Amino acid sequence: MRQSRSFWRDALAFILRDRLTIFAISVLAVATIVCMGSPLVIENALNLDVNETSVPNRFMQPGQDGYPLGTDQLGRDQFLRLIYGGRVSLTIAYLASVLTVFIGITLGMLAGYYGRGVDDLISWGVNTLSAIPPLFLLLIASAVWEPSTEVLIIVLAALGWVGTSRLVRGEVLSLKERDYVLAARALGASDFRIVVSHILPNVFSIVMVTMTIIAGNLILIESGLSYLGVGIQPPTPTWGNMLTDSRSYFVTGVHLVFTPGILIMITVLCFYLVGDGLRDALDPRRYQK
Amino acid sequence: MFKYLQRRFIQAIPTFFGVTILSYLVILSAPGDPVAMITFSPRSDKATIDLMRRQLGLDQPPLLQYVYWLVGNDWTMIDTDGDGVGETPGQRRGLLRGDLGNSIKQKRPVMDLIAQRIPATLRLGVAALMIGFMMGVVLGVLAAVFHRTWVDQAIRIISVIGNAVPQFWLGLLLIIIFGVQLDILPISGMQNITRRGGFDLGDALRHMVLPVFVLSLNWIAFLSRFTRTQMLEVLQQDYVRTAYAKGLQTKVVWLRHALKNGLLPVATFLGPAIGTVLAGAVIIEQVFQWPGMGKLIIDAVFSRDYPLVMGSVVIASIMFIAGVLLSDVMYVILDPRIRLE
Repeated sequence: MRQSRSFWRDALAFILRDRLTIFAISVLAVATIVCMGSPLVIENALNLDVNETSVPNRFMQPGQDGYPLGTDQLGRDQFLRLIYGGRVSLTIAYLASVLTVFIGITLGMLAGYYGRGVDDLISWGVNTLSAIPPLFLLLIASAVWEPSTEVLIIVLAALGWVGTSRLVRGEVLSLKERDYVLAARALGASDFRIVVSHILPNVFSIVMVTMTIIAGNLILIESGLSYLGVGIQPPTPTWGNMLTDSRSYFVTGVHLVFTPGILIMITVLCFYLVGDGLRDALDPRRYQK
Repeated sequence: MFKYLQRRFIQAIPTFFGVTILSYLVILSAPGDPVAMITFSPRSDKATIDLMRRQLGLDQPPLLQYVYWLVGNDWTMIDTDGDGVGETPGQRRGLLRGDLGNSIKQKRPVMDLIAQRIPATLRLGVAALMIGFMMGVVLGVLAAVFHRTWVDQAIRIISVIGNAVPQFWLGLLLIIIFGVQLDILPISGMQNITRRGGFDLGDALRHMVLPVFVLSLNWIAFLSRFTRTQMLEVLQQDYVRTAYAKGLQTKVVWLRHALKNGLLPVATFLGPAIGTVLAGAVIIEQVFQWPGMGKLIIDAVFSRDYPLVMGSVVIASIMFIAGVLLSDVMYVILDPRIRLE
């Protein structure tokens, strides 16, 4: 007979057996630790400055003169810049995806649970936001406000919650008709209690999958904005703005084009793979098979 | 059926106004003044600047500016000399009558500037969409046919990587490989600018190869997954089992029963997809220096040319709303279950 386990423990056990997902999680964990942790070591123990320029050392090839990945058009160490760039990109991905999902859950639950006027108002916002091409709005918003990392996180979340909200609203619409909600209401539970302890846990598993995918998308969006020159401004390196001027060194420094893009791709790929793995692990229909 | 369509059309109206309000609010909250961008010279005196502000209507309260932008100001008198009395009749006809105002920087109607750029973006976007749909659907159906074999896995890998690769970076790589190293394809623009004479189809196509490939990859990635899911869903339906049970050949079941129903949602997806074409190539247009809508809005954003920015946003949004409506209409035409309601 099958041992009885809670939903979450069962999902955890499923993920632990899923090698691809574990691999993707490990890659993300290593990348996060390196990008967040090593600037401390680089600055304090090695006394290196990521923004240090050096004219004689411009366009060094990878491996040359102790630069593992070469140097850029100003003689800055590409390897160090990639680490610092990763810190910005990953911070944005983590914080903005959490904030996006938070806004999406809150508004989605309000719309789904209360319906009527509240729903109309929120749905109007959702329809409006989704009718405007996302990149146009982001482009305007970030050109207008010239964002720091914090502002960019808020802008990305303020424009990105629509999908999550729509998803949550649909779930809540069906969940609030369930018998256990009716039972809770009959026992005199307040709206707040019903929403937080009876509905929220049931939408949470779907939202976790979305959040992972959103984190991957955010890395792509941020790098695209930075590439266009409206994201995080130089000299702060991000994986996107390291490619902004790449056109001008197609001949002298091709290696500078490869590395940021590969890192973006691997990171996004890992977020997507984790999302896929979570979807399988958290799918209740898995038991029926 | 008409009721359903009618409701969808009516629902699009508040969305449209939402778009205008939201884009107006973003611009309104922007620091920096478009007039200051043109007259940054310290020699321009205050009187000139004030005159300019009044001519552009920037001295009016925000709500009134919005109303002028929406319905025009030819029904009222504008005060251009600053004495508080309007004496010049307004010239603008407003968004609702097809006038998006003049570009501050280029001093030409926004509508003209946009209309000029649309064909370039459409050429890119429609080609990418067509290739993306064909390839995506074929790969998706193949993945469903060869469900859980290496074919399915290979298509899955293509689609995951196609989603994860940053478009602009792929564009840069292709430029390096095919434009710089091999030197067999042009890397920017729509045509060879040094060439004389009229339109050259071969030249135009050669300029399209790289950007269209990059743009279509996203469609292929998305649509192959989407088609696969839809097909697998349909294959579990009772009518497919019935078709097998009455002894039909696999080929017949696939072509007559599964494909028709499985591709229905894919076909209706074409509507919104067309709607995103105008806005979907912003980054790629920048990478390949393609003179379309995307480059127009990027340049407008950088020069704080607000009428042009808002015009582009509104036009792109109208296209999107129209695309969604189109897909509703297609659903009604294609799916008898809705038609009969």
